[in-house]
Amino acid sequence: MDVLELTRLQFAVVTIYHYFFVPLSISLAGTAAGLQVAWLRTGQERYLQLTKLVGKLLIVTFAVGVVTGLVQEFQFGMGWSNFARFYGDVFGPTLAIEGMLAFFLEATFLALWYFGWDRLPRKLHAATIVIVAAGTVMSAFIILAANSFMQNPVAYSLDPVTGRAHLDDFGALLLNEVNLAAFPHTLAGAVMAGGSLLLAIGVWRLRAGGEAAFRTLARLGAWLTLTGGALTALTGDHLGKVITEVQPMKMAAAEALYATTTGAPFSVFAVGGPDGGEPFFSLEIPRLLSVLAKGDPGATVQGIDDLQAQYVAQYGPGSYIPMIPVAFWTFRLMIGIGMLAAAVAAYYLWSTRRDRQAHRLLIRFLPLIPILPAAANTFGWIFTETARQPWLAFGISRVADGISPGLTSGEVLVSLIGFTVVYGVLAVVWLRLVRHLSRQPLEAAAPAASAGEQAPEREPVPVY
Amino acid sequence: MITVWFALVVLCWVLFFVLEGFDFGVGLLSPVVGRDDHERGAVVRTVGPFWDGNEVWLVAAIGVTFAAFPDWYAALLSGLYLPMAALLLLLAVRGVALEFRGKGDGPGWRRRCDAALAASSAGIVLLWGAVLGVLTHGLALGPDGQVTGTGLSRSTAALLSWPALAGAGAALFAALLIGAMFLTLRTTGPVHERARRLGVTLATGGAAVLAGIGFGTESRLVLAAAVLCVGIAMLARSNQEGLAFGGTALSIAGAVVAVFTVHGDVVLRSTLDPAWSLTMTGAAATDSALRLISVVGVVVLPGVLVYQAFSYWVFRRRVASERVPS
Ligand code: HDD
Ligand code: HEM
Ligand code: HEM
Repeated sequence: MDVLELTRLQFAVVTIYHYFFVPLSISLAGTAAGLQVAWLRTGQERYLQLTKLVGKLLIVTFAVGVVTGLVQEFQFGMGWSNFARFYGDVFGPTLAIEGMLAFFLEATFLALWYFGWDRLPRKLHAATIVIVAAGTVMSAFIILAANSFMQNPVAYSLDPVTGRAHLDDFGALLLNEVNLAAFPHTLAGAVMAGGSLLLAIGVWRLRAGGEAAFRTLARLGAWLTLTGGALTALTGDHLGKVITEVQPMKMAAAEALYATTTGAPFSVFAVGGPDGGEPFFSLEIPRLLSVLAKGDPGATVQGIDDLQAQYVAQYGPGSYIPMIPVAFWTFRLMIGIGMLAAAVAAYYLWSTRRDRQAHRLLIRFLPLIPILPAAANTFGWIFTETARQPWLAFGISRVADGISPGLTSGEVLVSLIGFTVVYGVLAVVWLRLVRHLSRQPLEAAAPAASAGEQAPEREPVPVY
Repeated sequence: MITVWFALVVLCWVLFFVLEGFDFGVGLLSPVVGRDDHERGAVVRTVGPFWDGNEVWLVAAIGVTFAAFPDWYAALLSGLYLPMAALLLLLAVRGVALEFRGKGDGPGWRRRCDAALAASSAGIVLLWGAVLGVLTHGLALGPDGQVTGTGLSRSTAALLSWPALAGAGAALFAALLIGAMFLTLRTTGPVHERARRLGVTLATGGAAVLAGIGFGTESRLVLAAAVLCVGIAMLARSNQEGLAFGGTALSIAGAVVAVFTVHGDVVLRSTLDPAWSLTMTGAAATDSALRLISVVGVVVLPGVLVYQAFSYWVFRRRVASERVPS
């Protein structure tokens, strides 16, 4: 592999890894906040116990999210310094503002919350976790604005002398129509990720004879997974229409639609098709692609061949076709696997209605359910990012122009191996820790509010 | 405008090196001043609520550098590709070791986390020191503002230079000293005693070494540092813990400012040809970008400082390292 391919692979590996933890952080923070507010409102002990459990899961997940996020921020300069030069004006402020606005908030208030149970008045204490939850959502919105710029560059102008992009309007950058569509979709995916983790833990503990509160946890998790699933479908439908408009090639690739077609079908499944040849087997739903892309069963969807010809005329010679099989399959896997998770959650809710017991087989396999939304999220991103190729920022710069000029493949290879090994170990440790934490008996009620102001802490401290 | 932003970048770096400096120092010292699991727990607990907020100053420093001086950000990070990758990995291990320590089961788990914490903190301090040392000297920037070279040595060769070694040594000393001062300020019991003694010894020894170097090289700066160390040692000796810590923090802040301003207008010096050096104006973003982050900075950063201070105030009580008789 040459240095460009290695650098792309490295970016993909560390970003996908960061994104295993990010959706969990977002939704666990929200859930912890919700549970704590429910406890304050109702005074029911089980809500407090669950808040503490979710809080511990959040802390360990957040830690991995933070240290891998730091890597993300350095990546643009390390591997993509030309990109950083050209888009520094757009990207730099976005990242800086995200840090100032969101990351400080999250880090500081999460610590205040986690260590502040017996230090802060109850309401203020509950407010700290609400602030953390708001911070995670805010950081997602801002970073997705940066990504949306790459999908659909807006609010910039190109400097006639240097050829660099200048930011014209930050508000317009945030309100990029792609961001407005991608942000709710991403959040819904995050809700599924966190919900399925809670569902898994609840079922797993109930199976081992855990407390009744775990039933609440399992059902809460199932509801989140189901609602998140419904919302991903709704928001994804809208996102698809926006993307068809700004990047028609991406959606044509997602369907492997070579010829421009009126009333285009959507193939659920194809054997031997997407690489260009005629499929010898495929299951198609007539006109669905036209509906997905344009909201009208009779609409005409542009095909890959036409778009390629159009782009050559517009941007000069070259191939503007992304990897079709990757686009085709990742798009289906995202939808299929995500919807499977939602369906399983729905089935669980239905089969445990009014204190009924779920089927043994279901209980046996439910603890594995978090894998599904994580996979769907990953496939969604791989689709989004690879089907943007060959562009880095759509229509204005190519991936090959963004890489750090002096970079050598040896350097990238060494760091790629380093990240893979360390991240691999981290993943194993994180998994063991989550298993360990979920196995603990639920904690009893909160200790009484602050005793002896100036006295040093006598406790061998709760966690450290 | 550009100078203001340069000042802000330097401020972020200063806050990062001072605040995370004591986090790293505490990590380094935990096996030294914490003799058993319980004491090490107390040591780690002193930074538990703060390290993450402190680390965000690194996020801010990098982010603001990217925003205000994209060329500087690009040249620095790609030019030091491998050292930065190593730093990121070590920071990852450090953060996770801190955060995971109390969540696993059994003393074996905590022992492993402690070992990972101390080792990664040491690596981080040495590497940051080396990087700062290299910055005083410059990188092999070519005419395009890009570091030149081949293979793995492109981004690592600079680390095997005298400035890098000196930087690493200085950083190790500074981190140990501020770590000891922080522990003295934040604990009671045996850890407090050991940290205080260690702090006094370090400051005294440091003063002697610095004085030696200062007279040898006739450098006023080094001599001034020696005098500062004497002062810190005296303060620590007479139990003026807050002042001793403050003095150490100020010294480190001064050193960081010095590193970033030695070349005046030049933010990244080229060792190949002075004409290829990166200057403040040459690396700056456009006016509109600078204006945007100025507005956000003015509105947001004071708030950040306020709530960070609030969190230090909430967790102001000292951590006891003595055992509770049961
Ligand atoms: C649990 C996760 C999950 C589920 C069930 C779905 N998605 Fe999704 N999808 C994502 C998680 C995701 C994601 C990982 O969050 C992405 C990547 C980038 C983004 O904005 O969201 C994404 C991207 C993404 C894109 C590309 C956006 C772009 O290129 O910028 C489209 C068109 C859709 N999705 C459409 C759908 C549709 C029609 C779904 C129907 C049910 C669907 N998604 C389910
Ligand atoms: C929201 C912020 C994001 C930004 C600004 C961003 C930016 C980038 C950049 C600069 C590249 C390298 C150039 C290229 O190969 O196109 C890239 C590639 C890639 N990113 Fe993203 N990314 C973001 C989020 C994500 C996430 C969350 C994932 C996955 C979970 C992801 C998956 C990938 C993959 C798989 C590639 C490799 C594509 C290829 O080279 O073919 N990205 N992205
Ligand atoms: C490639 C682009 C990305 C960059 C540069 C980036 C940067 C960062 C950084 C520096 C942190 C650590 C903050 C801290 O120290 O507290 C972080 C954490 C976080 N990031 Fe990312 N990130 C990227 C992709 C994403 C995406 C795609 C999302 C969500 C849609 C996201 C959402 C978050 C959230 C919610 C956190 C805080 C929670 C956590 O740490 O897990 N990031 N990110």
